[in-house]
Order: sequence, then structure tokens, then C-alpha cells
Amino acid sequence: MNAVLSHLRPWGARAFLALVAVYLALPILVVSAVSFNEKRRLVFPPENPTFLWYGYFLNDTAWMNAFGNSLVIAVSSAFVACALALPIAYAVWATNSRYARLLSLVSGIQFMMPPVIIAIGYLLFWALLGHVGKIENTILAHGVLFSPMPLVTISVGLSAIDRSLLDAAATMGARPSEVFRTVVLPLVLPYIVAGYCFAMVLSLNEFIVAYMVAGFSVETLPVKMLNSLRGGFTPAMAVGSVFFLLTSLVVFGLVGLFGDLPRLLGAESRKD
Amino acid sequence: MAEVAAAAAPPAAEPAKRRWPTGLILPSAVLWPLGVAPLVLLAIVSLAENVPGGSYVPGFEATHYLRLLEPRYAGVLFYSLWLSALVAVIAVTIGFPFTYFVTRQPRRVQVLWLVGLMTVLSLSEVLVAFAWQVLLSRNIGLSKILVVVGLLESPISLQPGFGAVLVALVYLVLPYTFLLFYPSLSRFDRSLTEAAGTMGAGPGQQFLTVVLPVMRIPIFGSLLLVFVYVLGAYVTPSQLGSPEHWTVSVYITDQVFTVYNLPFASAMAMALMVVSVALVLLSAKIGESKR
Repeated sequence: MNAVLSHLRPWGARAFLALVAVYLALPILVVSAVSFNEKRRLVFPPENPTFLWYGYFLNDTAWMNAFGNSLVIAVSSAFVACALALPIAYAVWATNSRYARLLSLVSGIQFMMPPVIIAIGYLLFWALLGHVGKIENTILAHGVLFSPMPLVTISVGLSAIDRSLLDAAATMGARPSEVFRTVVLPLVLPYIVAGYCFAMVLSLNEFIVAYMVAGFSVETLPVKMLNSLRGGFTPAMAVGSVFFLLTSLVVFGLVGLFGDLPRLLGAESRKD
Repeated sequence: MAEVAAAAAPPAAEPAKRRWPTGLILPSAVLWPLGVAPLVLLAIVSLAENVPGGSYVPGFEATHYLRLLEPRYAGVLFYSLWLSALVAVIAVTIGFPFTYFVTRQPRRVQVLWLVGLMTVLSLSEVLVAFAWQVLLSRNIGLSKILVVVGLLESPISLQPGFGAVLVALVYLVLPYTFLLFYPSLSRFDRSLTEAAGTMGAGPGQQFLTVVLPVMRIPIFGSLLLVFVYVLGAYVTPSQLGSPEHWTVSVYITDQVFTVYNLPFASAMAMALMVVSVALVLLSAKIGESKR
């Protein structure tokens, strides 16, 4: 490791990493800073820093309503995503059946296309059924759209399971459903949780599908933010941004703290 | 994403003995109607007759597709493809060495980077566009810093404009390029570069002659992912750009919510879908031929 690092001209590498870090952090820092503005205008650095707009945000029914919608949609759509992904991932892993692989492809397609296409598809679909502007439309749409996330994490988890455990359980007389419940499920649970977290955070931040599927009646936080963005800047939007940021940071921080994030994202297992 | 899934799925130990039909009932019941039917409907509506006011009559008309060939819309499509390609090249040029350096950090430092990157990746496009609008506006941020440094005489607004769209789009996709490079770069066999080093290759030469050739598949996949992502970007071009910077996704949304022409919007979406799917299939094909 050290030998390689010394080959890399550490200072050049460090300077490059620092530059990228600044690029990634700068907009976030500025937005967080302007949320402390006192006046309605955005000034940087903020004059007389205050939590005034945090109070406004928390007491405004429209913002809180959007926040509630986003939360309900994120929590339930991530559940839908996991409920779709777990059986598919398990069937692909256990039987490698062609149908299971087809289903995982159908799930994967959602992530390969620009979401605006999916969004219009849903718009037409629910209009045809005459079931327009309902919160369950958004929940189902996000559940399907983000099902590839738990599908990937659960597949990573399954691939680490030693198959001889299954044979052992079967020899001891466990039926397939029992093997699944007592051996497989406990082992992949952390990966299900990670997939749930990824899907939840993505749903919380998703805009175009939420906007087209039910944006007029079920305003989520990103939809509300864009609507107010069109009316000009207010510090309340910066407060909303800070909220998003903290949620993502906390969720991924927890996954990083308790899970093996590098392995979830494709690195080799921890070697310690 | 797809490649990650493919890499993660292990080859089955034995050919299908046990089938699992009951377990797949729920995913089938949800994915076919909600994952596939809307796309089929999109194809049907793209051929329908437009009824002004946001309605349509099923039919078999090519008019909406023919309209796509008009210079105005063909120009938009061409501009979108060009912008996507530009963003893809810039993002990969930054993202590849960036990921390479991060994978060389100790595991703990890597976790910090990953948490930060996943956070940035998950940020709403609305939030990112808003943040860059603030950062590039006249009274706040960058413009003022440039004045202090002496590069500008008085603060100016750096948005809306092409540069603003470009900077924000690269920002949006950079974490995705990282995600695609990370598995292969972190598993990259270091003895290869070490061997090259022993033979006298400098770090730059090692990078160009050893690392790049080995990594050409993830690089290609990453270029395509970014390309497709930018084709679908809506908020960034519409908020940070003037109408001449709008991409095809902005025009699609405009047709839905302002012009109320659903069949034409569907035809544009279909064109976008064909381009995206073709590119994804192409990358899958190239990935397979490598194996």
C-alpha cells in the first residue's frame, strides 16, 4: 500500500482530491449558510445569522405538508422496492431461473432510462385508469423505479452466503421456506436494510416522476421547492435543502458506520 | 447500475432444480403492470391523434414522429446529444483519476468519501440546481470571490448560461461515475502497476499504459450512464439555462404541461427511449464480448 502511495506523488493526488472535495462541497456549504439569513433576500455570508427561517419552515403548513408527503412516500415506497427486490434477488440466486432474471431486467430497465420517460408513462397510465393525483400512485411509481437499489444490495449480500450452509440445513430436514427464513434471511438482513435506505433517500429527493404522477395534488418537498424556486429565492428553500442534506448524511453515515459501505458499493470484503 | 447487478449475481451452483413460483407472484403482479405497461402505453399514445387540451384518440399516425424531424426539434435533439456527450467526457475525465486516488486511501478514509459521495448523489436535482443558482448569482458566492481575487471588476451573474448548465450537470453526474469505477478500481490488481514501476514506468506512464487499457469497459459504461442521465436532466437545464440551453427532456415536459400535446410528448419520449435503450444494449454487448 505504502509503496503504491509513494509512486503516486502523494501531493499531486492530494491536491486533486482536495479540489474535487471543494467542488462537491461548495454549493452545499453556500446553501447551508444562506439558510441563516435574517432578511428575505439571500446574502452570503449571512448578516446577523439567525434560525428565524427554520422556525418559519417548521410552522408553515405548506412546507410541512410537503415534508409529510415526502416522508410517507419515501418510507412506503422503499418498502415496496424491497418487497419487489427480495424475492427476485433470491430466486435469481437460488435457482437462476430465466423468469426471475427477466423480472430483474424489468426492474433494472427503470434505472437505465431517463426518468422523464417513465414519468410520462405513469401519467398516461393513471389517467387511463382514471385514478389521478393519488399518493399511492407516487408510492408505487417510486417503489418500482428504485427497486434496482435493493436488488443490487441484496444480490451482493446473497453472493457472500456459503451455499454449503443451505445444503447442511436441507440435510437436517429444513424445507426450502424454512431454509430461507432461518438461514438466508438473517444473513441478508443488513443488505436489505442498506437497500431500503438507498431507495428511501432516492425517493425523498426524486423530482420529475413525483411531479408528473401526482405533483398537483400530492406536493413532495422537491416539487414544492421547484414551485417556490420559480417564484424567486427565499431562505425557506435553503432550510429545506439543509433538511435534505442532513437526512442523506445521517442515513449514509449510519450505513457507513454499521455496514460495510465499500463492499456494498463493490469493493472487496474487509480484510481485518 | 445494471452492470453492478450483473457482477453481483453469482452463477447458479446447479441448474434450476427448485422453482420458486409462489415467491415471484408479488413482483410479477407489480412489475408487469407498473414497470412495463406504462411504456407500452407511451408507444400507443405516440401514434395517437392529438385532441387539443390534453387528450388523444387512439390511432396510427406518424405525424408526431415526422414533426421530430423538423429543424427546430431535430436541433434540440442534436443539441441534447452533444451536451450529453460533452458532460460525459468531462465527468469521466475528472471521475476516473478521482476514483483511482480515493481507492488508494485507507479504508476508513474511503468510507468517509463514500458517505459524502452517496449524500451528494442522492441530492435532489432541484436542490443542486438551486444551490448552483445561488452560488453563481450576482450577490452571492463565486462572483464576489472573483472580485476579491481581482479577476472581475464588479460582481456579475454567472447564470443563466451554458457554463452554469455544464458545471451543475457535471456536479450531478460525478458521483455516478465514481460509483461505476469504484468496484473495478478498488479490485484493481496493484501488482500490475508495481511491475510497470519496476520496469521504469513513471506514475503517469503507468496510468496511461496499464490502468487505462485494463479499465476500458468501466470507462465506456460510465460514459454511457452519464450520457443517458444528462439526456433525462430536466431541472438543471430549465433553471440554469436560457431556452436555447434546454434539452429534449425540458421540451417533453413543456409539451405535457404547457402545450398539452400528449401524443407529441410521447413521441419525443419514445425517441429518447430508443436512443437510451440502444446505448445501454450496446454497452451490455461490449461488456459481454469482453468476458
